[in-house]
Amino acid sequence: MNETLGIWGVPLAMVGGMIRVSTPYLFVSLGETLTEKSGRINLGLEGTLLLGAVSAYGISYLTGSPWLGVLAAGGCGVLMGALHAWLCSRPRVNDVAVGIALMLFGMGLSFYIGKPLIQPEAPLLPALELGSWSSISAVRDALRVNPLFLLGIALAFVLRFGLLNTRWGLTLRTVGESADTARALGYSVDGVRMLATMAGGFLSGIGGSFLSLYYPGVWNEGLSSGQGLIAVALVIFARWDPIKCLYASLIYGAAGSLGPALQSIGVEVSAHLLAALPAGLTLAIMIATCSPERKLAGAPAELGVLN
Amino acid sequence: MKTLAPLLIPLTTIGVELIAVFAALVLFAIFLAVVGAAPFAVFADMVQGAFGSMFSVQNSLSRAAPLMLTALCTALPARMGLVVIGNEGALLLGGLAAAATAMVFHGALGAGVLLPVMLIAGAIIGGAWIALAGWLRQARGVNETISSLLLFYIGLGLFLYLVEGPLRDPSSLNKPSTYPIGDANMLGNLPGMDVHYGLLFGVVACIAAYVLMEHTTFGFAARVVGGNVRAAQVAGLPITRLMLVVCGLAGAAAGLAGAVEVVAVEGSANATLYAGLGFAGVLVAFVARQHALAILVVAVVMGGIEASGGVIQRRHDLPDAAVDVFKGFLFLMILASETYVARAQVAVQRWVAARVVVPEPPPPGPAVAVSAPSSSSA
Amino acid sequence: MNLSRRVSSVWIVSCLVLAACTKSEPKPAESAPGAAPAAEAKKDDTLKIGFIYVGPRDDFGYNQAHSEAAKQVAALPGVKILEEEKVPETMDVQKTMESMINLEGVKLLFPTSFGYFDPHILKVAAKYPDVTFFHCGGLYDAAKHPKNVGSYFGYIDEAQYLNGVVAGYTSKTGKLGFIAAKPIPQVLRNVNAFTLGARSVNPKITTTVVFTGDWSMPVKEADAANSLIDQGVDVLTMHVDSPKVIVQTAEKRGVFSAGYHTSQAALAPKGYLTGAEWNWSKVYEAYIAQVKEGKPWDHLVRGGLKDGFVKTSAYGPAVSAEAKAAADAIKAKMMDGSFMIFKGELKDNKGVVVVPAGTEMKQTDPVLESMGYLVEGTVGSTGTGS
Repeated sequence: MNETLGIWGVPLAMVGGMIRVSTPYLFVSLGETLTEKSGRINLGLEGTLLLGAVSAYGISYLTGSPWLGVLAAGGCGVLMGALHAWLCSRPRVNDVAVGIALMLFGMGLSFYIGKPLIQPEAPLLPALELGSWSSISAVRDALRVNPLFLLGIALAFVLRFGLLNTRWGLTLRTVGESADTARALGYSVDGVRMLATMAGGFLSGIGGSFLSLYYPGVWNEGLSSGQGLIAVALVIFARWDPIKCLYASLIYGAAGSLGPALQSIGVEVSAHLLAALPAGLTLAIMIATCSPERKLAGAPAELGVLN
Repeated sequence: MKTLAPLLIPLTTIGVELIAVFAALVLFAIFLAVVGAAPFAVFADMVQGAFGSMFSVQNSLSRAAPLMLTALCTALPARMGLVVIGNEGALLLGGLAAAATAMVFHGALGAGVLLPVMLIAGAIIGGAWIALAGWLRQARGVNETISSLLLFYIGLGLFLYLVEGPLRDPSSLNKPSTYPIGDANMLGNLPGMDVHYGLLFGVVACIAAYVLMEHTTFGFAARVVGGNVRAAQVAGLPITRLMLVVCGLAGAAAGLAGAVEVVAVEGSANATLYAGLGFAGVLVAFVARQHALAILVVAVVMGGIEASGGVIQRRHDLPDAAVDVFKGFLFLMILASETYVARAQVAVQRWVAARVVVPEPPPPGPAVAVSAPSSSSA
Repeated sequence: MNLSRRVSSVWIVSCLVLAACTKSEPKPAESAPGAAPAAEAKKDDTLKIGFIYVGPRDDFGYNQAHSEAAKQVAALPGVKILEEEKVPETMDVQKTMESMINLEGVKLLFPTSFGYFDPHILKVAAKYPDVTFFHCGGLYDAAKHPKNVGSYFGYIDEAQYLNGVVAGYTSKTGKLGFIAAKPIPQVLRNVNAFTLGARSVNPKITTTVVFTGDWSMPVKEADAANSLIDQGVDVLTMHVDSPKVIVQTAEKRGVFSAGYHTSQAALAPKGYLTGAEWNWSKVYEAYIAQVKEGKPWDHLVRGGLKDGFVKTSAYGPAVSAEAKAAADAIKAKMMDGSFMIFKGELKDNKGVVVVPAGTEMKQTDPVLESMGYLVEGTVGSTGTGS
C-alpha cells in the first residue's frame, strides 16, 4: 500500500539517500584517512573501488554468497594498496602520479573483467529492515539499511578510538607527523605506510562491493561516478577525523540523492549543478578554514603534498 | 669513448625507460596469453594501428595534439613545485568560452578575426581557472592538487549546466550543444595533412614552454621557487606573481586545447568535449618527467596507443578496456623505473671511469711543497 | 643533463624500434584514403560491414540491441562484420571510421549513436564517397548531406504507447513514473506516447518524469526509481541506455515495470508487464541486401510496428486479460497504419495547446522529430536535467 508523501518525500528520500549513497564514500574515506594519516596520499582509490566492485559481483555470482564477494573485494583492495605502497616506497617515485596510473589500471582491468558480468544477476547483500514498524512503504524503504552501513559507522568510532588511544594509532600518527622521529623510535616507516595503504585499499574495495552488491546492485561501466577520487577531498573536508568522515559522507550522500528526489515532486533543478554542489561546499570550507601561515589543522605533516 | 661521455647520462635514462617499456610489454603479453589472445599478433597490430601507414601516423598525431597542450597544464606548475591535476576543468571551460565568444560576436567579426579571438578567449578562461587554484594556494594556503580537482568538478557542473541550459542552441535537439560557430570559422587542417592545426599549436606550445622554463630568467626564477621556496623568498623573488603567471599559462594551454577541440572538430561545445583529455594530460606530464620536449614524445606514443585500440578491438575481439590495461602497465612501469634511473646513471659512470685511461698528473714540483692550509679547510 | 639531446635520442631510438617492428609485418595499408588494403584476402565479394557503438555492447540496453542485430547479420552469407565499442562522439569516431575503411576495407558502416552524425559522419562520408554510411537516429536532409549517407530510426514510441496502455490498466495508484536521460525530442516523444497510452485507459493517470542527466548513470537511476516509488508510483518505465537497474529496483520494491530497448523480463519475473524493443536486424538485413545488389536505397528510413522495426515484449504474468485485449486491439490498428498517437487537441503540461484540434500527425511527420514539450498529464519539465 503506497501513500503519497508529497513534500515529505524529499526529506525522506534524503534520509534514504544519505544512508545508501554515502556508504561507499564512508568506506573509501575511512580507508584514505588511514593512508593519509601515515603520510601518504593515494589517488588511485577509484580504480580500487571499481576492482572491488567487479570482483565482489563476480565472486558472488560464482559462489552464490555475497559475503564472499565482499571479502574478495577487500582482498583485491589489499593487493592494489600493496602495489601502491610498494611503488611509492621506492625513492623518487611520485605519489600522485602512481595514484593516477593505478586509477587508470584499476579501471581498465575492472572493465575488462566485468565484460561477462554485465548481464548476469548475482546474489545481493541482504538488508536489515529497520523500518518495519512503519506501515508506509516509503519509510520502510528509507530505513532499509545495509549491514555494511552499520559496519561503517562502527568502524568510524573504532578507528577514531584506535587512532587516539592505542599503540598502533600512535605509531601511525608518528609516522605521519614525522618520519624521522618514527625511525628514531625504531619503526619501519615504509612498513607502517604499507600496512596503512593496504588497509585503505581493503576498505575501498569493500566500498566498491557495496555498489555492485547492494545499491544499485549491478555491475556496469558507469557504476562509479568518481566516488574514489572525490573521497580524497572528503577526507580533507573531514580533517582526517574518522567521525567527521562519517558526517561528511552523509552530507555527500544526501546531496547526491537530492536531485532525483526534488524532480520526483516536480521541482525544477539542474542535475548538473547539484552534482557539483558537494565539491563546491568542500572548496568553500577549505578556503574559509585554511590559511597560508598555519597548515591545515589536523593534516599529517609528512603528507608532503599538503603543506 | 670520451666523446660519448656527455651523452651517457641521457642515454642511460632512455635505456632505463626502454627497459620499463619492455617490462610493460612482457606483462601485457602475459595478460593477453591468460585471456586467450595471441600476444605477438596483438603487438604487431598495435604497431600497425599506431604507425603502420600514413593514415595511422596521422591518426596518432591527431590524438596526440590535445595531449601536448593539456600535459603542459601539469608540467608547467610542476616545475614550480605545484601539483595541478584539474586540467580537465580548464579544458572544458576553455571550450565553452570559445563557443560562447562565437555566440557573442557572431556576424560582428570576420572569419579571420573571430577564430583567433575564440582561441584566445578559451586560453584566457582556462588560464584564469588554474590561476585561481594557484592564487588560493598563496592567499589561503589551500593545496592546489585538491583545489584544482574540486575546481574540475565545479567546472564540469557549470559546463554541463550551461551547455544544456542557458547557452543551448534550441535547434540542437538530440545532442544539446551551443550554437554552432559556423563552418567559415573552423580551424582547418595542416597543409597536405589530415591533422588539424591543433597539432602545430601543441608542438609550438611545448617548445615555447621549454624555452621559457630553461632559457629565460623568468623560467629560472620559477624553477628556483620549485627547488626551494625559502631560498626564493630570501632572494626576494615575487613568488605569488610567478605562481599566478605560471598557473595562468598552464591553464591557458589546457583552455586552448578545449577551444581547439571546439573549433577544429565539433563546431560547438557539448557534452562530448568531456572525454578525459585533461586527465590523460596529467599522466603524460608525469611520464615525461615534466619536461616540455619529452611531452611531445610521450603524447605521440599515447596517441599511438589510443589509435591502435580500435584495431585490436576489431581484429582480436578484445574489449576496449584492454588498451587501458596496457596503458596502466606502461605508466606504472615507467613511474617505477624512476628509482633506477639515478642508480643506473651512477653505475654507468663508474663503469666508464674504470675503463677510460686517465693521463698521469704531472709530478709535484718543489714549489708546490708549500702547504696551503686554506685550501684544506672543507 | 642536456635535454634536447636526450629527447632527440628518444625519438631516434623509438623510430628505429618501431621501424624494425613494422618491417617484419605483412604489407600495411596504402596511404591514399579510399584505397583498398591488402589485409586478409577473403572472397572478393565479401561485404565488410562495420558497427560502431558508443557504449559497451552488452549493456542490456541500447547498444546491446544493435549488437544483437549485428550478430544476426553476421550469419548472412557473404558478409563479414567488424565491431568497435565505447567509441566516444568525438574525433575518435571519425578516426575509427577511417581506420575501418583504410585498414580493413569496410564498405558499409553503421555508426549507432546519435551524436555521431554531425559533424563526424558527414565529414568522413564526404571524404569516402564509395563507402556507405547508415546512421541511427539522424535526420537526413537531401539538400545538405552527402549522397552516401542514410539515416534510419524506429518509431518505438508506438511500443511505448502500448506500454502505457498496459500500465494504465495495471496501475492501482494511478501514478506512473518515467526515468529518462536527457529531455531531447526522441525521449520526449516516448514519454508523451507512454502517457497518452495510459490516459487513453484512465484519463486521470499521471506520469512523473525524472531526468538523470546522462545516458548511463546507474546510481542516479536507482535513486530516481526509489524516489518515484516513494511518491506512490507503481509502474516504471525508462529511456536510458541500460534499463537493468530500474527494472531490478522496481522488482525489489514490488512495483511493476515496462521495459525498453530489449526485453528485461528475465530480471523481473513478477513485475515486468511488457516492453518496447528494437528489431534492428530487420533494418540491417534490408539495407545490406540493397547495398549488395547495388539497388538504390532510401535515405530516410523510418518504421514502426507495422514495418517490423520495433516490437513488443511478451506480456508478463501481472497483465490482465482485459489489458491484453485492449493493447492487442490497438496494436492491430497500428499494424495496419490506421492508428494516430499524436492528434489534436493536445495540450502540454503547462496548459498550452501544442497540437491544434483536428490535426492528426502520422508517425512519419517530421514535426514530431523536433518535439519539445511534455503533454498534459506529465509531471516534470523539459528544463530539468540541463
